Amino acid sequence: MTIRDPRIPADAPGRGPRALIFETGSPESRCFEITSLDVPEVSMDEALAGHSRTTPPHLPHVTEGEIARHYHHLASMNFGVDTGSYPLGSCTMKYNPRLNEDACRLEGFAGLHPYQPIETVQGALGLMVGLAEALAEISGLPGVTLQPAAGAHGEFSALMMFRAYHTAQGDPRRRVIIPDAAHGTNPATVAMAGYEVTTIPSDAQGAVDLDALRAALDTDVAALMLTNPNTLGLFDPNIVAITEAVHSVGALAYCDGANMNAIMGKARPGDMGFDALHINLHKTFSTPHGGGGPGAGPVCVTAALMPYLPGPLPVRLEDGSFGLGWTERSIGRVRSAFGNFGVLVRAYAYVLALGGDGLRAASEQAVLSANYLKEKLKGTYPLPYDRPCMHEFVLSGGLLRKEYGVHTLDVAKRLLDYGIHPPTIYFPLIVDEAIMFEPTETESLEDLDRMVAAMLAIAAEAATDPDLLHGAPYDTPVRRLDEARAARQPDLRWQSPSAE
Amino acid sequence: MLSAVGVATIDELFDSVPEAVRLQRPLALPDGLSEMQAASELRALADANVPAGSMVSFAGAGCYDHYIPAVVDHVVRRPEFFTAYTPYQPEVSQGTLQNIYEFQTMICELTGMDVANASMYDGATAFVEAGLMASRVTRRHKVVVAGAVHPEWRVVLNTYAASGNIEVVTCPVEDGLTAPATLALLVDDSTAAVLVASPNFLGHLEDVATLGEVAHAAGALLVVAVNPILAGVLEPPSVAGADIVVGEGQPLGNTMSYGGPGLGFFACRQAHLRQLPGRIVGRTVDVDGTPAFVLTMQTREQHIRREKATSNICSNHALNALAAAVYLSAVGTSGLEDVGRACVSKAHYLREALLATGLFEAPWSAPFAYEFALRYTGDVAAMHARMVECGYLAGVDLGTIDPGLDGLVLFAVTEKRTKAQMDAFVLEVASL
Amino acid sequence: MNPADLRYDKEHEWVRVEGDTATIGISDFAQDQLGEVVYVDLPSVGDELAAGETFGEIESVKSVSELFAPLSGTILEINDELGTSPESINSDPYGAGWMVKLTLSDAGQLESLMSADEYESFVANEA
Repeated sequence: MTIRDPRIPADAPGRGPRALIFETGSPESRCFEITSLDVPEVSMDEALAGHSRTTPPHLPHVTEGEIARHYHHLASMNFGVDTGSYPLGSCTMKYNPRLNEDACRLEGFAGLHPYQPIETVQGALGLMVGLAEALAEISGLPGVTLQPAAGAHGEFSALMMFRAYHTAQGDPRRRVIIPDAAHGTNPATVAMAGYEVTTIPSDAQGAVDLDALRAALDTDVAALMLTNPNTLGLFDPNIVAITEAVHSVGALAYCDGANMNAIMGKARPGDMGFDALHINLHKTFSTPHGGGGPGAGPVCVTAALMPYLPGPLPVRLEDGSFGLGWTERSIGRVRSAFGNFGVLVRAYAYVLALGGDGLRAASEQAVLSANYLKEKLKGTYPLPYDRPCMHEFVLSGGLLRKEYGVHTLDVAKRLLDYGIHPPTIYFPLIVDEAIMFEPTETESLEDLDRMVAAMLAIAAEAATDPDLLHGAPYDTPVRRLDEARAARQPDLRWQSPSAE
Repeated sequence: MLSAVGVATIDELFDSVPEAVRLQRPLALPDGLSEMQAASELRALADANVPAGSMVSFAGAGCYDHYIPAVVDHVVRRPEFFTAYTPYQPEVSQGTLQNIYEFQTMICELTGMDVANASMYDGATAFVEAGLMASRVTRRHKVVVAGAVHPEWRVVLNTYAASGNIEVVTCPVEDGLTAPATLALLVDDSTAAVLVASPNFLGHLEDVATLGEVAHAAGALLVVAVNPILAGVLEPPSVAGADIVVGEGQPLGNTMSYGGPGLGFFACRQAHLRQLPGRIVGRTVDVDGTPAFVLTMQTREQHIRREKATSNICSNHALNALAAAVYLSAVGTSGLEDVGRACVSKAHYLREALLATGLFEAPWSAPFAYEFALRYTGDVAAMHARMVECGYLAGVDLGTIDPGLDGLVLFAVTEKRTKAQMDAFVLEVASL
Repeated sequence: MNPADLRYDKEHEWVRVEGDTATIGISDFAQDQLGEVVYVDLPSVGDELAAGETFGEIESVKSVSELFAPLSGTILEINDELGTSPESINSDPYGAGWMVKLTLSDAGQLESLMSADEYESFVANEA
């Protein structure tokens, strides 16, 4: 454990930051030994044609006990959904069910090799087909690929399908339209897909400016990328007119499904006129974020786009067994193997547990909880778009900045002292000092009230003691970091002293 | 809660959804199951598979059955790690951040390169991102890829290249290897990078240094894909002049899991740091002077640079990287070397034994580490099926991956395979 | 506040002219808006600049901004110190924080730049 009592001198043993795994243990320590060789040992130099390694890689030298302590210590410095409320807007930090964790670890799933004969993986293929069918029903779009490893990967896959579709029509087109409130992956994906970005403004209600959209649409536009509900947590009332306008110039409409948690069982992107959608399994479908990944970003498309799906695709064959197939104009592959299978298992377990009604109830509760939080906070923090929100909403910290010089960043850091993970801050870019809350449906009423109390207390602290907030957090494993130094003097790896 | 919000029913909260797009029926999905029922269904699906992990498996081709020490999963199972988000609030994410910093260090040590990112989706996409990065660094448009690289990776490369951002040229395979002279005919001053793998898809070690000379002579970068489990016994490509090193990290402490999620690793020279895609963690201090870790150099990434970002990637495979870091800590330097020695020795043993049966032929004699391809004199598919019935996964039938390699079987032998298993396997296959 | 002997443009850059050499940097207002500068991407000696076009980028921890050339010319010298001390741009934007020196190709372009007073009004109106 880390000694934190300030009365214990700074140079006491065990005081101060925990060592790196490289600085732990003694050179002779070992955790794992393989069984001694039962075949004749081959000379590495001979076998590897003179390319055997001469300078060994410097790896940790620790016992299993030291490993257990080291990672225990690292875990103790981490805040996860299990620690407390984590209302990050557009991230959907809902509880990660433990059954999902057990399921993906079953030897019948974890022990599968991607090139095993089809007859030996019928359960895996059946699971993927089941998941794909469920996602098709939820999205209202019949063609599904489970290949993409993340939302951004799904965006890219879909745009490449669009490209193949337009090329097949004889007109590749060059531009993709994105609203100014879009997540950064959208324009980055457009560039990776070889298109140019055209940005259109949002209107005063935070929705797509329909006139601006119509003005920007022409036959050089390949697609519109839209998040609906949008990054303000608002459902665009003109969504049908939007997709119709897009189709009228022969372009395609892409839905960034990051906010699907608002509408499961209530509305389907396919019914709104979207041609393709990616779903973030690590958001809507409860698979864990893992500290950054792995997630999965399956893509659902219309029948017209199905021929272009990346493959191979798990399919149900006529005799009821399962196989792998390719569509006639597949864009190819966007990764090796079939998808983030371990993540797909977790999502499937979630769908099994909730069922259709459960998924709808999850979305309803997510929306209700967000509105509750919004109503409790809007009196203290300005709400730029005062309408019923969906599963998330955006407040502005602009008033605190004007009156007390307290920035949204300070509010976020102070929330950490209250044992609550901050919401998303400074996004979307169209709201000044943005604070985006998404509680999700797995927070209890007590949890929500606790978030409200903390935010109100912090607003009061801003009025009486702004410097307190400038210096927050105080009660976390480390305090506010010098990020400028990290960027100016990049220290991106540990170096062993003997190497210097 | 409803009264606090000021509505009578939950449905009122969905008034903003236009009538025309409201779903007017329940989702056509089965009802939810209790945990007992769900667990039972999942178990039934798992039991409908015959996992390679419980057979005597010689299947490789990019995904390997290596031993995973018990401590690895116990660490990865900790909710503080797996329920955490991307560490954008570093004050409460030091666990994730320090782990990634340690992982980056380990990848640098394994590959011999200066800097590594926080990981990517898999080896195939990391390989493609390396080509794209080389294109940005050199401001050139073409990449030349060795035909001896994994066929799936080359398909992914071509799929990405359809964007028009790069053009792909393939260097044909000759005698199971990439010939520098042939490569030189394809590389010119419009080449951004030469992309090779060593070991390559057939298990052979390429002459990376000479291929690198061809690349550098034309002002192109050298990108090398490696298998990290061999980093204890095989010289890293940095020695041969690699500019970017990538690969699939699954062999390091990660289950096969039907090919995903994998672990793409990516390392490069210090000089190209600003063009490195993906997340990267750096060390700094906090206001009290306490050393701490933070996501840094974020201006390369999509959330800031948007369409000019080095990549659209918004995640890393943090949990898989954690498993890899725990694995590498568990085996240590000498342990990793032992694993490599075992794999190489056992693979050479099996190859000789299979050749001795007279039922297999060696199309090539190029040096290899722990994977090798042999031509089977009978019907590969039939042999394969019969061996599965006996509890063996007799390598990978290469004809199913690449029709041009029909009749060839690719065998991988990891440290998990015992002499007894191999002897029994050889006897069995010889008796078919 | 803004040195009177310098000229300024709408992209918040300043210019110091000595003969046919111009030194260019960003204003105090600009460095304040950016926050702590962590990196500057500058052109090379000998590069040609055209007025109004981008010639580099300046990064803070959480943002990137383009640098626009206030004048046309050929790069004579770049401030190498910024590689190790980009923070000079914050602490001394008009002195040690200078970015590039160029040989002017069209002295007439100076007419369209603002005086210190004009720039101060411009900033006040923008905010």
